[in-house]
Amino acid sequence: MTTTDSIPTPRNPAAAAIASDPTLSREDASPLGRVLPGWVQAMPFGLVFLAFFVVPLILVVVVSFFDYNDYETIPSFTTRSYVENFEGCVSQLPDVCTILKTYGSTLKFCFLVWALTLVIGFTIAYFLAFHVRSVTVQMTLALVCTIPFWTSNVIRMISWIPLLGRNGLINQMLVGGHVVSQPVEWLLYSQFSVVLAFVHLFTFFMVIPIFNSMARIDKRLIEAAYDAGANGWQTLWNVIIPLAKPGIVIGSIFVVTIVMGDFITVGVMGGEQVASAGKVIETRLNALQFPPAAANAVLLLVVTLGIITLLTRVVDIRKEL
Amino acid sequence: MREGRSLGFYLLAAFFAAYVLFLYGPMIVIFLLSFQGPTGGLTFPMAGFSLHWFGKLWEGGGIVDIGAAFRRSLALGLTVMVVTVVFSVLAGLGFRKKFRGQGLLFYTAIASLIVPSIITSLGIALMFRELDDFVKAYGPAWLTDGYTTSMGLFTSGLGAHLTWTLPFGLLIMFAIFNRFDARLEEAARDLGASPWQTFRYVVAPIILPSLIGVALFGFTLSWDEIARSSQAIGSYNTLPMELQALTTTVTTPQIYALGTTTTAVSFMVISVALLGIMYSRARQARKGSDAGKGLV
Repeated sequence: MTTTDSIPTPRNPAAAAIASDPTLSREDASPLGRVLPGWVQAMPFGLVFLAFFVVPLILVVVVSFFDYNDYETIPSFTTRSYVENFEGCVSQLPDVCTILKTYGSTLKFCFLVWALTLVIGFTIAYFLAFHVRSVTVQMTLALVCTIPFWTSNVIRMISWIPLLGRNGLINQMLVGGHVVSQPVEWLLYSQFSVVLAFVHLFTFFMVIPIFNSMARIDKRLIEAAYDAGANGWQTLWNVIIPLAKPGIVIGSIFVVTIVMGDFITVGVMGGEQVASAGKVIETRLNALQFPPAAANAVLLLVVTLGIITLLTRVVDIRKEL
Repeated sequence: MREGRSLGFYLLAAFFAAYVLFLYGPMIVIFLLSFQGPTGGLTFPMAGFSLHWFGKLWEGGGIVDIGAAFRRSLALGLTVMVVTVVFSVLAGLGFRKKFRGQGLLFYTAIASLIVPSIITSLGIALMFRELDDFVKAYGPAWLTDGYTTSMGLFTSGLGAHLTWTLPFGLLIMFAIFNRFDARLEEAARDLGASPWQTFRYVVAPIILPSLIGVALFGFTLSWDEIARSSQAIGSYNTLPMELQALTTTVTTPQIYALGTTTTAVSFMVISVALLGIMYSRARQARKGSDAGKGLV
C-alpha cells in the first residue's frame, strides 16, 4: 500500500481549508447547500460578542464621561466622575484617599490569592502530571479537581459558615481543646475568610492550565536532566517550570482578573465590610449613579488590562491550546 | 526512571488528598447540616435528623419564590446550553478556515473572559437602558403602550450569559480541532459525501464527547452565574442571585437545604454529561475504525 503515502495529509486547519474550498468541490446535495465560508459560520458567535460585549464596553466608556444628578444621567461631556473619584488624593496627602486605599486592598488580595493559588495549583498539577502514572487515574483525579467548578460559587462560600463561624466547628474544637478561651472572631467575615474563599474557589483556574502545559512536557527531557546529574529541585527549576510557563501565565491571568473584578466573594465572605474595586462599582450602581459606576469600571479595566499586558508579554496564548 | 515510589510521591499524594478534602469538605458539611432537625441551627451539633428544612423550602415559607427562580434558572440554563453548543461548533468549524478578522474575533472572545464580569454586566444594562429610551421616544404606539423595558431573562440575561459561556465553548472547539485528523474528512469527500454528510456522519460522531463537554460548560456556568447577571437580568432574579441575597437575611438551615438542592442539580447534570461522554466514547471504540482487523 504505497499509494497512501502520496495522499496529501493536511494536518493544519489552513491546508484543510484549502482542500475544502467550495470552488473546488463537486456539486453536492447538502441541505446547507455549498460549504459555508468560515466567516459566515463564525458570524452568530461574532454577533453575540459585538452586541453583548463590544457595544456595551463602548457605552461604559461613553457614559463614564456623562454628567448626572440625583435622578438621572445627563448626556453632556464632563470628567466629573473621574475627578470625584480621586477627590482628596492630593489635598489629603500624606493620608491615602479612599480610592487608592480600595485599590491597595484589592491589589493586596490579588497578590495573596495569586501566590497561594500558584503554589497550591502548581503542586497539584505537578503531582498529577509527573507522579500519577496511569492516564485514566490522571484524568479521574483532574476531574475530581474540576467538578466543584461546575457547582455554585455562593454555595461553596456559605459552606464555610458552619466551619468558620463564631460557633463553628473550628471554634468548637479550639475552645473545647482549651487552645483559646474565647471563640476566634477573625475566621469569618474577615479578610482571612475572603482570601480563603478565593483560594477555595479559584485554585482550579491554576491547576488545569498548568497541568495541561505539564502533560505536554516530553518525559525524556526529565530523564535527560536526571542523567545529566540534575537533582530533583534543579530539574524542577530549570526544566519543568520554564516549560510549564504558558500554563502558569494563563492561570495567573484568570486568577488576577477574577480577584480584581470580584464583588460577590468579597461581599459574602467579608460580611459586606471589606472594600474592593468591584464593590465600588456595585455600590454606585445600587444608588443608580451610572456615570461614576462607569468611570470606576473604566479605571478597573485599565488596571486589570495593565496587569494582563505585563503577563502576556511572557507568552502567546493562542499557541498553547 | 527511578523505580518504586519515592518519599516525594507520598508527600505530594498527601498534599493532593488534603486539597481534595479542602475542596469537598465544606460542601459535605452543608450537605449534612441541611438534614438538621427542626430545632437545630446553622452549626453543629445536629439536633436530630430530618427533612424539615427541605419541607420548608418546598412550601416557600416566607422567603422569596424559590420555585419560580428555580424554573427561570433552568429555562435560561438550557437555552444558554443549546445556543452555546450550536454557536461554538459553527465558530469552531469557521475558525478552521481562514477569514478576515479571525484574530480579532478570537481575542474579543478571550477579552470577554477576562474583562471583569461586573463591567460587562454594567455595559449591557446601559445598552438596554438606551434602547428603552429610544423605543419610548420613537417607537410606534403599539409598541410603546405599556412598554417598560426590553431587559429580561431571554434578552439581556441570555446575552450576558453567552459572553461567559461562548469563550469556553470556542476554547474547547480549538482543543478538539487541533487534534482532529482532517484526513478523515478527505476520505469522506473522496467517497462522495456531501459537506453536510461529512459533518453528520464523520465529524459529528468524532467530536460528540467534546460537544457534551461544551454543553456541560454551557449549562453549569449559566446555572451558577451571578456577576454578569447582577445588572443585566431584568426584574426577575435567577436562583443563584436569590441565594446570594438570602445569605444575608436567612439564619436557618433552610439555606443549606437550598444549597444542597442546587448542588444536587449540578451533580445530576455533571453525571449525565459524564455518562454521555463515556457512552459516546465507548460507541466510538465499538463502531470506529476497523483498520488492521483484516477482512470480515
